[in-house]
Amino acid sequence: MNARPRLVETDHSATAHVAFRSVSHTYPARAGHPPVHALGPLDFNLNRGEFLSVVGPSGCGKTTLLEVLAGLVKPEGGTIEIDGRAMTGDVPDGVGVVFQEDASFPWLTVADNVAFGLRRAGLPAKEIAGRVDYALDFMGLNQFRTAYPSQLSGGMRQRVCIARTLVTRPSLILLDEPFGALDQQTRLLMGEELLKLWRETGATVMLITHSLDEAAMLADRVAVMSARPGRFIDIIETRWPRERDSSLASQPEFGVLTSRLWSLLREESRKAMESSGARSSGATAR
Amino acid sequence: MSRVRLIQTLLIGGSVALLEILCRAGVIDHFTMIPPSDMLLSLIRIARTESWFWPDVLYTLRNLAVAIVIAVAGGFLIGLGVHAVPRLRRCLDPLFSSYYSVPTFVLYPLLIVIFGIGPASLIVMGALFGVVAMIVATLTALDRIPRALIKTARIMRLDALRGVLMVRLPAAAPHLFTGLKLAVAYCVIGVIAGEFILATAGIGRRLSFSYNNFDNQTMYGVLLLILVFAATLNALLNIWEKRLHQRWYR
Ligand SMILES: Nc1ncnc2c1ncn2[C@@H]1O[C@H](COP(=O)(O)OP(=O)(O)OP(=O)(O)O)[C@@H](O)[C@H]1O
Ligand SMILES: [Mg+2]
Repeated sequence: MNARPRLVETDHSATAHVAFRSVSHTYPARAGHPPVHALGPLDFNLNRGEFLSVVGPSGCGKTTLLEVLAGLVKPEGGTIEIDGRAMTGDVPDGVGVVFQEDASFPWLTVADNVAFGLRRAGLPAKEIAGRVDYALDFMGLNQFRTAYPSQLSGGMRQRVCIARTLVTRPSLILLDEPFGALDQQTRLLMGEELLKLWRETGATVMLITHSLDEAAMLADRVAVMSARPGRFIDIIETRWPRERDSSLASQPEFGVLTSRLWSLLREESRKAMESSGARSSGATAR
Repeated sequence: MSRVRLIQTLLIGGSVALLEILCRAGVIDHFTMIPPSDMLLSLIRIARTESWFWPDVLYTLRNLAVAIVIAVAGGFLIGLGVHAVPRLRRCLDPLFSSYYSVPTFVLYPLLIVIFGIGPASLIVMGALFGVVAMIVATLTALDRIPRALIKTARIMRLDALRGVLMVRLPAAAPHLFTGLKLAVAYCVIGVIAGEFILATAGIGRRLSFSYNNFDNQTMYGVLLLILVFAATLNALLNIWEKRLHQRWYR
């Protein structure tokens, strides 16, 4: 079996959970700002149960991609089908999102934050308590269950948001740099936890990340985005086994994979940096 | 007690003590100002003996309460409306930002013509004075709701009403409360100053009445009451505001 990463064609098989059909988006002009062509056109399928990572230079349209799929932004062109049905412009069923920015509710305790979506769904109190306990354990937040977000570090608040999303057991999980505020070690551990959860629930995951290592380690496929307007310049299949963890990082294939990602991204990142002037964020640096 | 608190306390205590000494020593003559301790004694005396005291206090408090409710609720609703129509907002923004540079009290005679001398004019005066602070605070509060929270509400599929009640309002709470605090302060000024200018009852009217009658004892007693009332109210609201802000922002 060939364990080396390789290029794959867009897969149009029947297992598609989400299908993008020439999806593009341009933010309309605002006072003093020209319109921004942020995304696409984009054609690709997100397979049911797969773990897709998306990497791309800063400002290339990754968040736009996520918001379009989450039904928060209506794409200007093209259609998105979920389970074969075109999106109506609403938030689709079974979608869970973790945003790039902190979205914890400052007026609720950690436990109430995590329970928010479950209470909305009208689950029985016992079921809610059980799931919340599990999620808090899982995210290492148990001692902080009665704390308010303002008493937590940025990384912990982000974990609250992750927990709040995951307890609702979405079938399509969209994560926008969820581990950005975490240190490298916690990042690795959280990545492993996410993998475990993904295996247990069979959810489809789209993870946007700045970290090439993270993208390569977690995903079944890594989509590499061009500088704005964001398009997929390549989708690389990692061919990792479903049972995997951070020990992958020591395998030779891992190095091959990440250097390949970097060589794809390098030119795009430079373009992105030049077009945005001083914006020198280490989007793709390792 | 923190260092700052200590210095503040010393500063206020020192000023009062200094006034006391200056008055007692005759540097400030008795017709200009009575010693602070006499102000307190005078206040206690009028509260216990004067038949007008409680009715006047209640009259003012009632008008004030109504004015505050109108200013806060009205300002909030107007703020919501204006926020929803950006073009209207662009028109009104200069008005709001220059509002407090206009001496609103020039309108008071007009109010008396419209509403007559009585509670209505005072309430409208107070509410007019306070409402814009609340409108401006509501606009700021709505602007500052983090986008990520609004997006979260949408992902959780909250309908419009729940989105407002469960996410937007709590998210906006600290700035709304700042608006409430300012509106209360402005209403106090509006109502009491209105009474001072022209009214049939109320604590502000008692102040001007005793002033015009060279009744220094009563005047300073009432003055002390108003100062203590306004300061206490403000201090309480400040404490709550601080608590809210501490929890919401990091
Ligand atoms: N609401 C908006 N109105 C106008 N332009 C926008 C809006 N949101 C994003 N943009 C622009 O669209 C482009 C893509 O933005 P987006 O947030 O999708 O990028 P990103 O890849 O997520 O960036 P980052 O890596 O910094 O998170 C950027 O140039 C951005 O300035
Ligand atoms: Mg982004």
